[in-house]
Amino acid sequence: MSPQAPLISCEGLAKSFTLHLRGGLVLPVVAGVSFAVQAGECVALGGPSGIGKSSILKAVFGNYGVDQGHIWIRDGERRVDLATAEPRQVIALRRRVIGYVSQFLRVIPRVSALDVVAAAARESGAGEDEARATAEGLLRRLNLPERLWSLPPSTFSGGEQQRVNIAHGLAGRHSILLLDEPTASLDAENSAAVVALIQEKKRARAAILGIFHDAPVREALADRIVDISAFAIGRKPAETARAEAAA
Amino acid sequence: MQGDEAPLLVAEGVTKYYGERLGCRDVSFEIHPGEVIAVVGESGSGKSTLLSLLSQRLELSSGRVLYRLDGRLRDLSESTEAERRRLQRTDWGFVHQDPREGLRMNVSAGANVGERLMATGWRHYGRIRSTASDWLSRVEIDADRIDDAPKSFSGGMRQRLQIAKNLVTHPRLVFMDEPTGGLDVSVQARLLDLIRALVADLGLAAIIVTHDLAVARLLSHRILVMKDGEVIETGLTDRVLDDPARAYTQLLVSSVLAA
Repeated sequence: MSPQAPLISCEGLAKSFTLHLRGGLVLPVVAGVSFAVQAGECVALGGPSGIGKSSILKAVFGNYGVDQGHIWIRDGERRVDLATAEPRQVIALRRRVIGYVSQFLRVIPRVSALDVVAAAARESGAGEDEARATAEGLLRRLNLPERLWSLPPSTFSGGEQQRVNIAHGLAGRHSILLLDEPTASLDAENSAAVVALIQEKKRARAAILGIFHDAPVREALADRIVDISAFAIGRKPAETARAEAAA
Repeated sequence: MQGDEAPLLVAEGVTKYYGERLGCRDVSFEIHPGEVIAVVGESGSGKSTLLSLLSQRLELSSGRVLYRLDGRLRDLSESTEAERRRLQRTDWGFVHQDPREGLRMNVSAGANVGERLMATGWRHYGRIRSTASDWLSRVEIDADRIDDAPKSFSGGMRQRLQIAKNLVTHPRLVFMDEPTGGLDVSVQARLLDLIRALVADLGLAAIIVTHDLAVARLLSHRILVMKDGEVIETGLTDRVLDDPARAYTQLLVSSVLAA
């Protein structure tokens, strides 16, 4: 595979949700989504809230299935289509290749903030000492008070949890990073710290695909914007409609 | 195929009828070393039957269960009763929902754990006792309880003891039937965290039956969703829970509070 081959390449993705509990109602979200992200590039998914940006990001993480199309993920000299990959392949890619920063931390009972972050570093191949050093470095740069490091994040504030979540997402050596509103519940200082960390990943040749609602953050990070409105086929923003239908 | 690429256990068309009544039908899947599979579904969906069939505690009506022994997959129906028993005592673990089924309630905690070592040929009393003591501490049971019988333990402690007893022989595959069922929520959280850490540290493969989707999300890589004796949806755990395709899975997922 050529060294210039993109790390992420989506070809003709289509996604809809079928709501069996609502008489099989089909909510189309997007169709024909095609874009690529190169090493060292940051691409922002654009378009109004609820248009399907998060669904695409989740599909590129293997968290959502797709109806059609390919999601080519480059893994060294190979490429794997996440749209059809076996669960074990997806898990292996998440360990080594694809990192993801979600909007909320999924708290694991009894595991300390430091261990949450160090575990992510270990999973992608760091040794015990290195993982711990990486975790401490990240938590320090994200201004999480040291007295909190040994505590489980379940009792933290939203902003503190989000910083643990970001440290968890950035602790690995992933060549692809997916970011869903990474600065959402952060103040200006912490937001700047996150931007700096992501810029470092970019300089280290990671391919970054993100949703950045905050315009200054988007401008600081994104080289290009892929407007999802161009591929949207639902009349109503799909996530909203799904939430309403499920309610 | 080598190492982790080769499956540890293969189920092929596993089927059980209790007379006319269906237990489970045509279940096929593979599990690899280090993989954790959750089997979810409501009571009566066939998930415990499936676990009993896979672990050779119940005879199949049709289908096959193959297991990797000495580097090759063998049809367990062709193995002898003695071979199967040896497998259950050493290479496999089975954690029951009710610890009373997996423990001897009137003998000491140390003897419960040591018994399994003796069944695999350990004879040196001091080594058995020190290994048992190590395992009690790994499951967070105080060393000074080693001579107490589990009938004096709380439910959570009994379950942790049952786990220690199963893991002391370093099995490659552990079957768990609702391991956190019947425990208080705070006790469940501790037990879940312990299982999660042990499974990861030891690189165990595990097949965990649970009706609790939060347990499945925390512990498993893959999910099999069962309904009326059949597997109706399967895949990566977070995908099945976050983007369920089948009507029944959508119902299951939407019926719980934030799994």
